Amino acid sequence: MSAQTTSKAGPAGFVSSRRWLLWSGIAALCAWVLVPIYLVALGALGGRQGVYQWPKTGLPTGVSLDPFILFLKTEGVLQSFLNSLGAAGITVALSILLGAPAGYALARYNFHGKDSYRLLVLLTRAFPLAILALPLTVSFIKLGLYDTIIGVGLIHTVLALPFAALVTQGIFMGVPRELEEAAWVFGCTRVQAFFKIVAPLALPGIVATAVFAFVISWNEVFAASVLTVRNRTLTAYLLTVLSESPMHYRFAGGLMLILPSVVFIFAVRRYLFAIWGISSK
Amino acid sequence: MTKNRSWIPYLLILPSVAFLALLFIVPLLQTIWLAFSDNGVPSPANAQRMMADINFTRSVKNTFLLTIAVVPVQLAIALVMGTMVAKVGRGRETILWVWTIPLGISDLAAGLVWLSILQNSGYFNSLLLGLGVLERQASWLSYQTPVALFFAIAVAEIWRGTAIVMVIIVAGLNQVPKEFREAAEIFGAGPWTRFWRITLPLIRPALQSALILRTVLAFEVFAVVYALGGRNFPVLVGEAYTWQNQNQNYGVAAAYAVLIMIISLAATLIYLKAIKVDPERLP
Repeated sequence: MSAQTTSKAGPAGFVSSRRWLLWSGIAALCAWVLVPIYLVALGALGGRQGVYQWPKTGLPTGVSLDPFILFLKTEGVLQSFLNSLGAAGITVALSILLGAPAGYALARYNFHGKDSYRLLVLLTRAFPLAILALPLTVSFIKLGLYDTIIGVGLIHTVLALPFAALVTQGIFMGVPRELEEAAWVFGCTRVQAFFKIVAPLALPGIVATAVFAFVISWNEVFAASVLTVRNRTLTAYLLTVLSESPMHYRFAGGLMLILPSVVFIFAVRRYLFAIWGISSK
Repeated sequence: MTKNRSWIPYLLILPSVAFLALLFIVPLLQTIWLAFSDNGVPSPANAQRMMADINFTRSVKNTFLLTIAVVPVQLAIALVMGTMVAKVGRGRETILWVWTIPLGISDLAAGLVWLSILQNSGYFNSLLLGLGVLERQASWLSYQTPVALFFAIAVAEIWRGTAIVMVIIVAGLNQVPKEFREAAEIFGAGPWTRFWRITLPLIRPALQSALILRTVLAFEVFAVVYALGGRNFPVLVGEAYTWQNQNQNYGVAAAYAVLIMIISLAATLIYLKAIKVDPERLP
């Protein structure tokens, strides 16, 4: 691809100026993504003095971990962090347990109602979360699920499950059917063949799906805020204390929300495009 | 595909269908009922109360303006990113990873990130001071500066939401056969013609998914706004949140939710009609 453009583009000066333009464009867009994250990290690590320092330089002066640790020790922060982990854990477990079998059915069988099922799954993407969270408050109060991490996990699963079903469909389609059939010939039952042959091959993709379910739950704000009072997730906690907390606490909260997600997106970067390529096919 | 033992696929999808019926279909119907009833009788009272609310018109206007401002810019940036990265050999993976980082960042965190830049003693004002444009701290996020607040929120949304469009577009571009572009090149088509006549029509399914997803998400904008402007910039989801949490009025909150749903569905239908895609290539 690149060799072609080079050979077509004529004089060498022109070529290099085009390359230069391309790379400066790429660098600018990378900076557009990274610099704001760097700046909020400075805000989180600069503490009270950092916030009021004027004018700011953008250099890491007076930065230490103490303000961030102080934020972690604030009442409610650690608990809401654990709550976030709990809700995300439930979301991951449920969306894989319910979504992966559906994905397998979509990948391997032709059945009546397959299209209606896919429509149901896709519809969930077109509806705002607000429409689910409001009446669930009432039902959850009746069921004793209001203000619990299980309740939050359940509603986050509504978001992650359709995604898990569609993505695992693509992953199971990528496992050659012949391998599974060979296992049947050699005397495995369907269940055995699935766990011995298909599951190990699909595992990395399923782990990537799980990571996505985790990030979906970790980042969700609205439902978590509406459905909890004391057992808040980190996002819900930050949203409700937002107006009364000092600036550097807000930045520390922002950084704390960002760090795990960035690590997780890094872990699944190879799957990102495959996943969306499949689910938008 | 196996046809015998046809109960197996139903057994496999049953748990997820039951789950979505209980936690998606039922609440959906409940919200619609909640919005259009009053004390158990059908009534337009909630909808009327919503429309009489002082923030109603502003929140509708703000949500629409924000969507109109944000979505096209995100699509344009995503297309530029996709075209650029197609020309890169080594380093492609790293660049793509950096560009997808915002995908993992919540709207609340994105709001807080831009708050650190745009607050009064923040980096943006420092930069303007350094350039000699400003003499003292200016405030961009107050109720007295609605236009600046609008741009601040739009920038934060563009920063956060472009990644998902980019991922879908790059995935779509990857599926375009190389031969098409090479053929066009042989017949003398320039880069612009190739882009408009070959690439863009071929990535229609990706464009459609990206636009639907991004537009629906843009109508749901809430936490970015809340982090940057508090309640100075009313949007639809924010109003639903306030009616539910502060006013404890589930009916009006539900009316807002239904309104957002109607707008989202209308937008989806418009995209489905406007960007025609082979039925076989639909998701």
